Amino acid sequence: MKTYVKFGAMVAVIIGLLAWLAMGGISDSKTYYKTIAELGQMGDHAKGKRLRVGGDVQAGSIVRAGSEVSFVLHQDAKTLKVVYNGIDPLPDTFKDGAQALADGKLGPDGVFQANKIQAKCASKYEAKPQLKKDASRASM
Amino acid sequence: MENIGALALLLAFCFAVYAVIGSVVGKLRKNPFLIVSAERAVYSIWILLSIASGILIYALITGNFKMGYVAAHTDASMSNIYKFTAWWGGQEGSLLLWSWLLSTYSAIVVFTNRRKFRDMMPYVTAVLMTTQTFFLILIAFVFSPFEILVAGRGNIVEGMGRGLNPLLQYWTMVIHPPMLYLGYVGFTVPFAFAIGSLITKQPGDAWIHTTRRWTIVTWLFQSTGILLGQGWAYAVLGWGGYWAWDPVENASLLPWITATAFLHSVMMQEKKGMMKVWNMVLISATFFLCIFGTFLTRSGVVSSVHAFAQSPIGTYFVVFLAIGIAATAYLILDRLSYLRSEARLESVVSRESSFMFNNLILLASCFAVLWGTLFPVISEAVSGEKISVDAPFFNRINIPIGLGLLFLTGVGPLIAWRRSSMESLRRAFFWPSIAALVVMVGLGVAGVYEHPYALLSFGLCMFVAATILAEFWKGATAIRTKSGVGFIPAVVELTHRNTRRYGGYLVHMGIVFMFIGYTGAAFNKDVTKEVVPGGSFELGRYTIKIADLQKGENDNYIWQKLLLDVSSGGTSLGTMEPERRMYKSSQQPTSEVAIRRRLNEDLYLNFAGVSNDNQRAVIQAYVFPLVTWIWIGFWVLAVGTLVCLVPSKVRLSYARTQVIGVAERHAPVAK
Repeated sequence: MKTYVKFGAMVAVIIGLLAWLAMGGISDSKTYYKTIAELGQMGDHAKGKRLRVGGDVQAGSIVRAGSEVSFVLHQDAKTLKVVYNGIDPLPDTFKDGAQALADGKLGPDGVFQANKIQAKCASKYEAKPQLKKDASRASM
Repeated sequence: MENIGALALLLAFCFAVYAVIGSVVGKLRKNPFLIVSAERAVYSIWILLSIASGILIYALITGNFKMGYVAAHTDASMSNIYKFTAWWGGQEGSLLLWSWLLSTYSAIVVFTNRRKFRDMMPYVTAVLMTTQTFFLILIAFVFSPFEILVAGRGNIVEGMGRGLNPLLQYWTMVIHPPMLYLGYVGFTVPFAFAIGSLITKQPGDAWIHTTRRWTIVTWLFQSTGILLGQGWAYAVLGWGGYWAWDPVENASLLPWITATAFLHSVMMQEKKGMMKVWNMVLISATFFLCIFGTFLTRSGVVSSVHAFAQSPIGTYFVVFLAIGIAATAYLILDRLSYLRSEARLESVVSRESSFMFNNLILLASCFAVLWGTLFPVISEAVSGEKISVDAPFFNRINIPIGLGLLFLTGVGPLIAWRRSSMESLRRAFFWPSIAALVVMVGLGVAGVYEHPYALLSFGLCMFVAATILAEFWKGATAIRTKSGVGFIPAVVELTHRNTRRYGGYLVHMGIVFMFIGYTGAAFNKDVTKEVVPGGSFELGRYTIKIADLQKGENDNYIWQKLLLDVSSGGTSLGTMEPERRMYKSSQQPTSEVAIRRRLNEDLYLNFAGVSNDNQRAVIQAYVFPLVTWIWIGFWVLAVGTLVCLVPSKVRLSYARTQVIGVAERHAPVAK
């Protein structure tokens, strides 16, 4: 039985170590999903938290200045100004009208400081059925 | 035409249901005719699904745009190869591919076992066909690939074709999805054999022997699929990464992890008769994770860059998974007494325990990845707030796990079964440990000590490589002294004598190379510059000068190209030409990165855009040390896996410790 006790102890140590690492990893990288409307209501709660906001990129709003890119996300009637100055290049799918997710923090001036932008992979993103039909044209 | 396709799917569905009922009833009533007719239904399903797939491919290639699927995934300007790949470009088509692959596998299984395992085969067929029925319900009734675009009353509308995203028009993307699918679908077969053996209460491990090659081939397909995805992301997406812990990537990784654990732990059952329950659990977990992966990709339950839009398909998968997992769990619990272990763990320092630790940490990694992937769903259910975790979470837990596995890769194969003495440990590991220490001290002095994980990783890579090389060296030298052949023929002869063992070493060597490549990421350098033509900038040892900015246009896209003269320390390294394209039909911009691949490091240049005043080019330059070793490692791994499949020249009888009274009752079938 001694072998099993030893074995069990080693297993416990490994699991404990990994659980500890996992806890640290979660608190380091957790990001709250918020809609633009919820973001407006958060007030002071938004301070210091990593947030992820989704929306459509407003057509014509993308402005590049140096390595900084700013644009406007909109969802329903709400809009949010976003400034991105991360290291990774913006994905090629990021363009006017694309669905985008911005990760970052809300600045005191109400501008969202993003350090990561994701845009929906357009090929695999299927249009909603009625859009698909709008896109098709009658030929007969 | 479309009607024939839809009819074929409908018939295939009926046949699948018949095959399930026919084989089970035939078995219970001992009616061999019914069983054979069920097997014939399996062949018929393959024919029907081949017809359906053929019709879909024909419609895609001839541009039958009145079909919704064709219109949504191709356009007239695409080349035939990409039209063909649209077969799996969308939801309906990829489900058809799943179904077709499963029918192909099923037909092979039924044919190759037509005279074997008469006891268990009806249940194997039933499990395969139950899975098939599920997918056929989806494509025959809910998400038909043969839907016609209809507007108004009976008017047939012709679509224009929305084309394929140019980002995906790249060679690895042509074979990446089918490779992954071959892997995903393939695990249905060992799972079916496992269940068949449980139902018929087989005491031994016939199901493991008979599916060993199957599991290895499927595992290779999965590995290839994952690696192709990494290669594509690296060469196409413009940020030089190959893994982002995206939910869909994780979905492909999860069954790979459990499959890897399974490949190792079956050795415990084959050689020691241990871990029988565990193997059942692992193969079931792999199968359900494959289904789960398909579910995650298709349902949009977790937001991902790859995911499809929200679709009701998720519900079907949840129901199938719930029923399947419950049934499997019940079956395993009910048959526990047939899965009793034949041996006990004797020492913590033994091959057995190294296998157990290998499994433990692989499973821990699988659990962590699953937990992290589903964290938004879990947190929303628990606290009402949707919270996601990111790459730092996954890295923090998986880097130590990876290093632990690497260590076991070196230790496991050399440590003795049952128990190991200090003396034998010293003999096996003295020189490899010295080699690892030398590497670590050398690199530490050179400055790598700032990255402790990287330092440890290089040390472990050296350790494992040394143990593997020593194994080949010892074996080959023994053959040379006996027969006097050259070293290379001796290595070939050695490998041929025991392909499983030495093929396995090759796979481990591939893993070592891949770890070297992954570790290189700790030393990545990057810079983003806006530069006027004629200007230059530096990154690491490279000087990059903008020679020219060219523009042009063809039928398909508008392009801008930078000509960059790259030099290092005054010597010219040639010209690199990153390019940006704007595809006309989809209005999709893409960047074609320029990569200078070398064994020590890649220089990676991305033309990110032009500044607003149109004067300066924005360039992102990266140096990725050692990244090529990932791809080299993959090739070594693939060759090693293939070697494992070659029958060994010398049939080794396993030194299997039989515990008295638990001797195998069944006769091994048709060797």
